[in-house]
Amino acid sequence: MSAVGVVVFPGANCDHDAYHVMKHVLGREARFLWHKETRLAGIDRVILPGGFSYGDYLRCGAIARFSPIMGAVAEFAEAGGPVLGICNGFQTLCEAGLLPGALARNASLKFICQDVRVRVETDASALTGGVARGTVLRIPIAHAEGSYTFDEAGLEALERGGQVLLRYCDAQGEITEAANPNGSRHGIAGVRNAAGNVVGLMPHPERASEAMLGNEDGRVLLEAFARA
Amino acid sequence: MAVLARVYVTLKPGVLDPQGKAIRSSLATLGFADVADVRLGKYLEVTLGESDPAKARAAVEAMCQKLLANPVIESYRVELP
Repeated sequence: MSAVGVVVFPGANCDHDAYHVMKHVLGREARFLWHKETRLAGIDRVILPGGFSYGDYLRCGAIARFSPIMGAVAEFAEAGGPVLGICNGFQTLCEAGLLPGALARNASLKFICQDVRVRVETDASALTGGVARGTVLRIPIAHAEGSYTFDEAGLEALERGGQVLLRYCDAQGEITEAANPNGSRHGIAGVRNAAGNVVGLMPHPERASEAMLGNEDGRVLLEAFARA
Repeated sequence: MAVLARVYVTLKPGVLDPQGKAIRSSLATLGFADVADVRLGKYLEVTLGESDPAKARAAVEAMCQKLLANPVIESYRVELP
């Protein structure tokens, strides 16, 4: 039976959360993938979880992207396999060039750990399939380097290509300066690749997928990914 | 004979540098009112066994492109003796 693969880098700390939601909340077969593995046998989708891989040395995700498993992840992504990067996983996918742009230091210089609201900008991706555009979700962020950065030409291409997945917004779904927690360009909280099978976001849907935790807003995204 | 390469990694112009801004504002508090801007970068010392200058430079440039700098937001400069 094919499974969701959750990559474990040294320093990952949300790997068990992602595994738990896939396996125990959504009822999918799930398996941890140690970063030294080089094959993805029996894996039908991959999650790069949050955390502090390799201590965030040099840049967040810069060292993880050269982990042995990342060659197999890149091949899997190029073949159209669904790949999701959450927080540090998003940073790693950007460093690897599997997603466009980069995540820089928060404008406030603070590590921000709080619930934010994000608006779904496209339903054409492995994370938002079947989720209506304009849906507002309340999901926590927890990062110091989450300010989405890209040059003007890159941002324009993203917007034109519908590659912005999620944007920080207020409770009414309006994109405002005040609702942008970290200085991200265009309020971007998540993006997809051109094909839509590789997706990344700074918020943590795996921390908001169960009623017991007081918030289930993230579940709709992980459900979409589980069936992508 | 070991060669020391000095690598400077800096944010590209236009990329927000909140750390540089905070440093500038701290300098202003200390009375250095004339500081127009501060940009914070990284400095790396890479010691190589390769003594051929052209080969050493090519190797360090490759390191910068692959790992030491993120070309989306950073530029780099390599100095060799």
